Parts: sequence; C-alpha cells; structure tokens
Amino acid sequence: MDANALAVRCQNIVKVYDTGDQKVTALNGINLDIAMGELMMLVGPSGCGKTTLISIIAGILNQDEGSCELFGENLIAMHSQDKLRFRARNIGFVFQAFNLLPSLTATENVSIPLIINGAKRIEAERKANIVLEQVGLGDRVTSLPSQLSGGQQQRVAIARALVHSPRLIVCDEPTSSLDHETGHTVMELLKDVALHKDRTLVVVTHDSRIFNFADRIAEMDDGHIVKIENTVMAH
Amino acid sequence: MNHIALKMLVGDKGKYLGIVMGLTFASLIMTQQPAIFLGIMTRTFSFISDVGLPDIWVMDAKVQFVDDIKPLQDTELYRVRGISGVDWAMPMYKGLLKARLADGTFQTCVVVGLDDATLIGGPPIMLEGSIEDLRRSDGVIVDVDGAKNKLAKIPRTPGGKPVPLRVGDSLELNDRRAIVVGIAKVTRTFQAQPVVYTTYSRARNYAPRERKLLSFILVKAKQGQDLPELTRRIRQSTGLAAYTRTEFIDLTYKYFLKNTGIPINFGISVLLGFIVGAAIAGQTFYNFTLDNLRQFGVLKAMGASNWVLLRMILLQAILVGSIGYGLGVGLTALFGYSMRDTILAFKFPWQLLVFSGAGVSLICAFAAIISILKVIRLEPAIVFKS
Repeated sequence: MDANALAVRCQNIVKVYDTGDQKVTALNGINLDIAMGELMMLVGPSGCGKTTLISIIAGILNQDEGSCELFGENLIAMHSQDKLRFRARNIGFVFQAFNLLPSLTATENVSIPLIINGAKRIEAERKANIVLEQVGLGDRVTSLPSQLSGGQQQRVAIARALVHSPRLIVCDEPTSSLDHETGHTVMELLKDVALHKDRTLVVVTHDSRIFNFADRIAEMDDGHIVKIENTVMAH
Repeated sequence: MNHIALKMLVGDKGKYLGIVMGLTFASLIMTQQPAIFLGIMTRTFSFISDVGLPDIWVMDAKVQFVDDIKPLQDTELYRVRGISGVDWAMPMYKGLLKARLADGTFQTCVVVGLDDATLIGGPPIMLEGSIEDLRRSDGVIVDVDGAKNKLAKIPRTPGGKPVPLRVGDSLELNDRRAIVVGIAKVTRTFQAQPVVYTTYSRARNYAPRERKLLSFILVKAKQGQDLPELTRRIRQSTGLAAYTRTEFIDLTYKYFLKNTGIPINFGISVLLGFIVGAAIAGQTFYNFTLDNLRQFGVLKAMGASNWVLLRMILLQAILVGSIGYGLGVGLTALFGYSMRDTILAFKFPWQLLVFSGAGVSLICAFAAIISILKVIRLEPAIVFKS
C-alpha cells in the first residue's frame, strides 16, 4: 500500500493495562494500515482490544510500544496541545451510546466540534443545520436528544462527526443500540454521506449484519489481528 | 463553550436547584445569623450612640459597660468641670426603677435623668411632644416601644389589644406620680426595658435614697481639644474613668463579647450554616460533575482542552454561586424587613455582604476545584465505554 495514501499506519502497537494486581495486555503487536477513503471494520469478541485500538488510532489513548501515524503524523510524539488541535480538526467520533449532550438541541450538539475549533456560535449552528439537513433531520434541529428516536440520535451523532469535515471518523459500535433496519439506514448514511476519497472510516462492531458495508474487515482476537479480509474483492 | 456549560448546568433542573438551594441556605445562614448577632451587639451600646452631643463619658473607674452603673458623688461633676479643656460637663442618672401601671402591675424601666437646665443626653427623636416638656411638673418622656408594649394600658375590652401609653397618661415611679409629656423613638437596648426620660433632679426623687446617684458625667471638649489627651487629664485629675464615645462603645461591646455566650452561640450557627451549605452545595455540584463526566469526556475526546473544561466548570460554579448568594442575601434582607418593627434585633451592614460573599465564593471554589480535578484527570477514552 502506498504510504502517501495511508490514513492510519499502526506498527507493532502494544498496550498493557496495569490494574494493580495484574497486567492485562490489550494489544500485542498490532500492525495495521488503513488507506485514505477506506471503510475499515474492526471485529472480534469482547475484550479482544478493538476499542483500545481505535482509542489509540484516535489519539485519545497512548500506546506503550510501537508507533501509530495518522495522516503521516506520529500522535504520541506531539505536544498535548498540538495533539488536541490535531484531534479537533481531523477526527470525528460516533459512539455506541450516541453521547449527545442531553440538554443541548440537535443543532447545538452538532455545532460543538466547530466551536471547539474556534468557530463563532452563529456560524457553527448555521453549518450544523446544513449537515443535519444532509442526514435527514432538517425538521428536528431544535429537538433535544430525549425527543429523538435512537436512529435519529445516531444520525445527529453522525452529523456531529461530520460537521467539521474531519479526515478520519471513528465509530464505536454505531449500530448496536439500534434495530436492524435503523442500523442498516445509519450505515448507508455513513457510507453515502461520510465516506469519500479524502475521508476514512474506522468502525468497531460486533454486528455481522453490517459487515457488507466494509471495504476491509480486520478480525481481532486476544490483542492480535488474526485476519484481514478484503470484502470489496468478495463483493 | 460558555452557552454549552450553562445549558449543561440548567439542563438537569433537579441538580441545578439542589446546588442553588444549598448555596442559598449557606448564604442565608451566613448573613441572617450574623445580622441578628450584630443587631444584638449594637443594642448593647445603643444607649451610648443615642446620646450624640457629648464627646467624653466620665464614670466610676470600675464600670465595665454601660449598664454597669457605679454611682458617683455629685461633687465629681464640679471637679470635672474644673479641668482645662472641658467646655461643659452635665450630670446623667441612669438606673432601673419599677413603674406601677394603671392595672396595678409593675414594670421595670430604665430611667434616665437629664441635666435640668440643658436636658443634654435626651432621646434622639421625639415623636410626640418636645424635650422641653420635661420641664413641666412630673413630666416624663417614654420610648414608643415601651409605650406600645410593656407600659401599655389594659385593653378596653376583654381580650382586646392593650392601649398604648399616650401623652397625658400617668404612671407611678417608686410611688411618685409621673405624667407622660412626650413619646420618643430610641434605639432598642440590650435589656429591652422601656426607657423613661426625666430631669436629673426628678430622677433623684424617683430613685431610692442612696448617698451617690450620679451615674455619668457627660463632657463636651472645647473646640480643638485633643480628646485622648483630655480623657487622660480627666482620669489623672479625678481618678475616674473617662472614655470617648467610641472607647465607651468598645468597652461595652467587648464586655458582652467576653462575658456572654452570644458570640459563641451565633458563631456556631454561622459555622454550621457554612459547613452544611458547603456540604450540600459542594456535594451536589461534585455529583453534577460526576454525572456529566461522560459529557466532559466527549468534549475532551473531540479536542476540548482542560483549560476550556476548567472555564466551563468555573462558569457553572460562578453562576450557581451568584444565584445562591443573591437569593440568600435577598431572603435575609426580606427577613430583616419583615422583622423591622418587632423586638428582634437585626443589623445588616455592607460588611456582612462581603463576609457572606466570601463564604459562598469559598464553597463554590471548593466544589469547583474538586470537580475540576476530576475532569482534568479524566481519560477521554471513557467515551468508548458503554
């Protein structure tokens, strides 16, 4: 794979959690390249290290060994403020539990990444409304999360992940809180709206029903990547 | 991010109200109890502050406070008048005498005898009659609170309201007739007894026979006199105690502070209010932060710095602190206003606003600091935990 076209390059990543009584090796020598414009799924049983890996890829957790480059930048070598700015500009998040701020409207929730990046509130909310329109929630911009269904909340979360045009979106179990049909719709939305040649999606999932949306699937077990399957070829 | 911080705060109405109520309670206790304390302490020296004209009070050297009367011989007055730098010196009698009321009951009163010629040391505000009316035969001036309450006449109808003592009414002081010639407004005293003003010579007649009856000598210094120097001269020349008005107020105030349980009792109330308020508000605010930890984690994951989150928490603390403080102080002011015509002592100076403001700020700072520490230590990876 051409190194210039890489969004993520993980080399020999090791992460050990020290729980006091014992040390748990969550990742044990992970090597993974993810190309620009690719939708990569990380799958595997609970506790295999998927979430730890996307936390390291997203720069919110430091590995103990190895290197992880994001768009050619070694995050662990960055000053903490630079890392924050890099993360704010380049990464969008979609969570299993949506993690919308319950007292903010859909517009306000979606505008947060722009405000963190220094945008004025009015401008941020204007852009947020445009993205909400794109994800089909143009009529729910003033709704609070509690007034939205699970699928709608996840669409707000996707809008929030997209609004600042990040180059990488990490999704943690984006469909596991949703029924099959809604989950399917959310994945279609992610693929249609979020994915393009300059943006990469890394999706952690258990949900085998959405595997067909992936370009590649990395199967993990016990802190290792045991298999990488190219589904585009299979399709 | 300010609007996000505020919306996070008010979004959880139950917790928001809990924090505000805790701070309101703390602020209320920290202002209301000291205001009552100050009101009571002010009453201890109100008799001195009501007598505005004299610069110096002269009394027996053993006197410890204003109600601790140790009478002097009348000749001391002349000795004081002879000291250089004294413009004038007037006698004053102050004592507790029993007044016999129209219904036959007795009421202890503070009887104040003023210099017959000048009537110096009289009540600060006359509501009815004038101070010169004291020159009329058997004339006395009664304070309005005493006239309405403890010296009031029996109700006209059974179960009715007592009839306030009025100008023209009479009462007996030590078996001698006294005619009310005026009603005055005086600051309530610590003892809360009715105050009856009369002339010095008439007060001597009302008082039980004693060799010494002169309570205080009120002194006015000549223009340009150095008051501490004059008090020193009076002390040296007469062997009596001489205090400026401020010194006499301090002496009285400190006596009550040292020799009564008032400051300790109120101090305990204020301390308890502070601790309970801090516990309620601090704990609720901390819980609020804990409940929002995941939200702070989301913001952190999305690139919000610790400094941004710190500002958000500080803003939340300042908002609840300001509202709680305002409500507490407002309730205290309302309490004071509603009690203005009652026997309850209440004094609410601006210094108390600063004191309670500092107390509430301390509580908010404490709550904010423990919350901030929690958020700073927060690993943003928490957001991936379901």
